[in-house]
Amino acid sequence: MTHAKPLLKPDLKRSLRAALPLGIGFMAAVDEIIFHQILAWHHFFDRGTPAFSLLSDGLLHSAELIFFVVGFFMFMDLRKRCTLDRRSAWAGFFLGLGGFQIFDGLVDHKVLRLHQIRYVENVLPYDLAWNGTGILLLLLGWFLYRRARAAAHPEVES
Amino acid sequence: MHHAGAPHSGVLLILLVVIPAVLLCFYLLAAIRIRHTARWSAWRIASFTTGIVLIGVSMLPPLANWAHHDLRGHMLQHLFLGMFGPLGLVFGCPGTLLLRSVPARTARCFMALLRLRPIRCLIHPITAALLDIGGMYLLYLTPLFALSMVHPALFTLLHLHFVISGYLFTWSIAGPDPAPHRPGRKVRLTVLFLATAAHAILGKVMYGYGYPHGTSASLIEIEAAAQWMYYGGDLAELLLIAAFFAAWFRHRSRLPEALADRSAPESETWPSTAVSGE
Repeated sequence: MTHAKPLLKPDLKRSLRAALPLGIGFMAAVDEIIFHQILAWHHFFDRGTPAFSLLSDGLLHSAELIFFVVGFFMFMDLRKRCTLDRRSAWAGFFLGLGGFQIFDGLVDHKVLRLHQIRYVENVLPYDLAWNGTGILLLLLGWFLYRRARAAAHPEVES
Repeated sequence: MHHAGAPHSGVLLILLVVIPAVLLCFYLLAAIRIRHTARWSAWRIASFTTGIVLIGVSMLPPLANWAHHDLRGHMLQHLFLGMFGPLGLVFGCPGTLLLRSVPARTARCFMALLRLRPIRCLIHPITAALLDIGGMYLLYLTPLFALSMVHPALFTLLHLHFVISGYLFTWSIAGPDPAPHRPGRKVRLTVLFLATAAHAILGKVMYGYGYPHGTSASLIEIEAAAQWMYYGGDLAELLLIAAFFAAWFRHRSRLPEALADRSAPESETWPSTAVSGE
């Protein structure tokens, strides 16, 4: 295969989309390893969890695994075709990190009530820190994507 | 747990240790013969051998005895027999090796056999997933598990079922061996998605509600076993998903640029006519 044509343009959108699931998967792994296993703040299963939440949790979990693998292969494919835009990929990665954090904080903890961050009397500070971190990561991703776009199309920004 | 079911009954040792060992010998002989004239990847040989070793090890006394009085041991056995073992076997491409090693007429007979309607139904991903994951729901959420501990025949059948249904499922989703009338990638991916979810849900239900009931296993033991099933299953399914997409992207990288863009996984234009996983 001779995909390495020198004039191939980096694909910003696809680089973003490929790195997004990698960010999601990475954050899910961090959540799993630090909060579930090491700190043991989160519970593997909460006896108060309704059946519907258990079902949707299983589906989400499965989707996460699949997206992570798809992201990995898309990323490798872009690299092989020399159309990977590094800045855009980092932007996608941070958007994925923040997106998962917010999703976990709002949907998993609050809407589905799968488990709480920590089983203490006042969980509000934990929730604020959790979702605040998510928002910061999202902003960082957005900022990086703007920079990636500016670098790719200098004439539009000036 | 009960001790009536013989942990390492002679029948099980023959079925899951001796026969697989004989199959491995045949496989190795055929692979060596083929390598004189054509390519046969060492990875395939390693994969098949690992599969056989995992299945054999889980039925040998150290693990089999542990599995008989500890649910965690049983779960490790279950992961080896039903998930990691079959993964190794399937990606060793035993079917391709068989078809290449027998005369062309015999090979055509095998393929004709696979095209028969009942066989075609059996090797469909949906049937395979129901047999594999559905069988696990039946086993752990009903008294079947407790029954299998006191009925040696049921115990034997159960372990055999782990291996066969695990192989069937893995092959039907992403097996590189030829599979006539295999449905398209979208169907297979959907089945894989639902099966992975169903496995994760079963792990949590077992943890949360102390399944399987009717054994002398303590709650701590059950909780640990359920978590092993959840995380071990995750790892096995991650490997299967990776194999599925590796085949997809390998196919895609052989296509010209314009076609390749259309067959990217995020655009849903893949024609459902693919016959084999490669």
